[in-house]
Amino acid sequence: MKAELNEQLLLKGLANRDSKSIETIYKENFNMVQAFILNNNGSYDDARDIFQEAMIALYEKTQSKSFVLTCKINTYVYSVCRRLWLKRLQQLGRYSNQIDNIEATIPVEDDIEIHEKRNAEFAIMDRALNSLGEPCKSLLQGYYIKKLDMQALAKEFGYTNADNAKNQKYKCLMRLKKLFFAQYNIGE
Amino acid sequence: MEDNILLQAIERYLEGTMLPAEKEYFEQLRKNTPEIDQMVVEHSMFLHQMDMYSARSIFKDNLHQTHNKLTEKGDIYEGTELSTKGRIIQLYQKYKRVTAIAASVGGIIALAISVIVTSLSPSPKKEDLQELSKKIYVLEGKFNTEIKNKPSKLPEGATLKRGGTGFLIDAKGYIVTNAHVLKGSSFVNVISNKKDEFKAKIIFVDLNKDLAILKIDDKDYVPFKYLPYNIAKSGDISLGEEVFTLGYPRNEITYSKGDVSAKTGYNNDTASFQIQMPANPGNSGGPLLNKNGEVVGILSTRELEAEGVTFAIKSKNIHTIIEEIKNSDTSVQKIKLPKHSTLKGMDRETQINKIEDCVFMVQAFNKK
Repeated sequence: MKAELNEQLLLKGLANRDSKSIETIYKENFNMVQAFILNNNGSYDDARDIFQEAMIALYEKTQSKSFVLTCKINTYVYSVCRRLWLKRLQQLGRYSNQIDNIEATIPVEDDIEIHEKRNAEFAIMDRALNSLGEPCKSLLQGYYIKKLDMQALAKEFGYTNADNAKNQKYKCLMRLKKLFFAQYNIGE
Repeated sequence: MEDNILLQAIERYLEGTMLPAEKEYFEQLRKNTPEIDQMVVEHSMFLHQMDMYSARSIFKDNLHQTHNKLTEKGDIYEGTELSTKGRIIQLYQKYKRVTAIAASVGGIIALAISVIVTSLSPSPKKEDLQELSKKIYVLEGKFNTEIKNKPSKLPEGATLKRGGTGFLIDAKGYIVTNAHVLKGSSFVNVISNKKDEFKAKIIFVDLNKDLAILKIDDKDYVPFKYLPYNIAKSGDISLGEEVFTLGYPRNEITYSKGDVSAKTGYNNDTASFQIQMPANPGNSGGPLLNKNGEVVGILSTRELEAEGVTFAIKSKNIHTIIEEIKNSDTSVQKIKLPKHSTLKGMDRETQINKIEDCVFMVQAFNKK
């Protein structure tokens, strides 16, 4: 019961990107995943990639309003990693039937599908942002990612006032939207 | 420019920063103009995408930092030390001949030093330890006068060599004593505290463990029904545990007590332990009992230089040699060590009263 409560607290912390919670989950699960990847044709880099991918999937899962985890964190992380790694091996043509199963798994196919859709969206946004050029990119990143206010952004970028900065930001935003939707709608 | 203002309005609308009147106007506009309505939906979706993007970007950074932190702390290992390991192996291969020569020279020097040290250092057993058997020939006259009311069972012309103490380990007449008590002699008699003398034969001697087993071989001996004490099988001894012994440093049975002062014996010998207790020649082979009436040891030696430092052989060695005897000699299969003590909880006088009949003076002698 106590362990369960603890897991709930960790997930809550993860949802808020609390660094202590992230560290705990990372520490408690990474070595297991690394062992699995290393034992199945993978490298240290593969292990880190796959594990972080699974962490992102879990984090984004906690963001949904209807979020519930029906199993232990380590089961979920391991299941996602295992599935992701099998896919990766298949893509690389290194697929082997003998995949060790060192832990219990749960079906995570649906979650992985959602995760891959988000991966695609993230890549589109990333590409769109990067093709904007400066100072648009930094301005938008400052406003939407770093959540700075217009005053601070105006100062940082050297605009004479916040209104000018705001105007510029909207111009950039329109360009970004155009770039994003061009890609996004093709993807659909 | 108009698009710009429109976008700004949409964003303010979605952020919820519009004034009520403005909001009402905008909602009206939204209802009436499908294009604007579509723009609002589109922008809302886009902002959601931006949020997702920014959250993931930040989370990715978090993960990256966590990973580095854990690697630094050593909770995560990624084979980064492999390269340095490779370097050590290279160095080893390069210098292994030199290393081997250096190691063997060192080894030879160490051996030479240890040979010199051992040849110069005194042999501990002879110099520092005194066996607690007494040389009987000094006391011979005394013995004979004390026991003279009964005819001595010593054969004609026997020379007493040594004396010590022994105690029954099986009511049928099996007695354990120290091997050094019997040193240099081939015959042995035992005398009870009631001055009854019995002939005995030596059944087994283990010089390494310094233990010997005797068997009373005398028609006058009436076996006990049971022994009041048991022989502890585990080697567990607690420091500070009170122990006592009965023995024959004189011709009279004598009691002395002490405390366990070390769990090992002389030179860290694990087969024995140390007691702070006065002991005299003649105490050798005496039982060492704890307060529950369990035999935990056999008194054997004392340190010459130090006052009251006495050593006893752990009682589990009795179990060991009995097993040995049973394996090698089928005629003594019947030895049964007492398993239960009936002395627990009794006061010391009562305990001694019950034990003293089972403790014998051992006389070792040679015939002419």
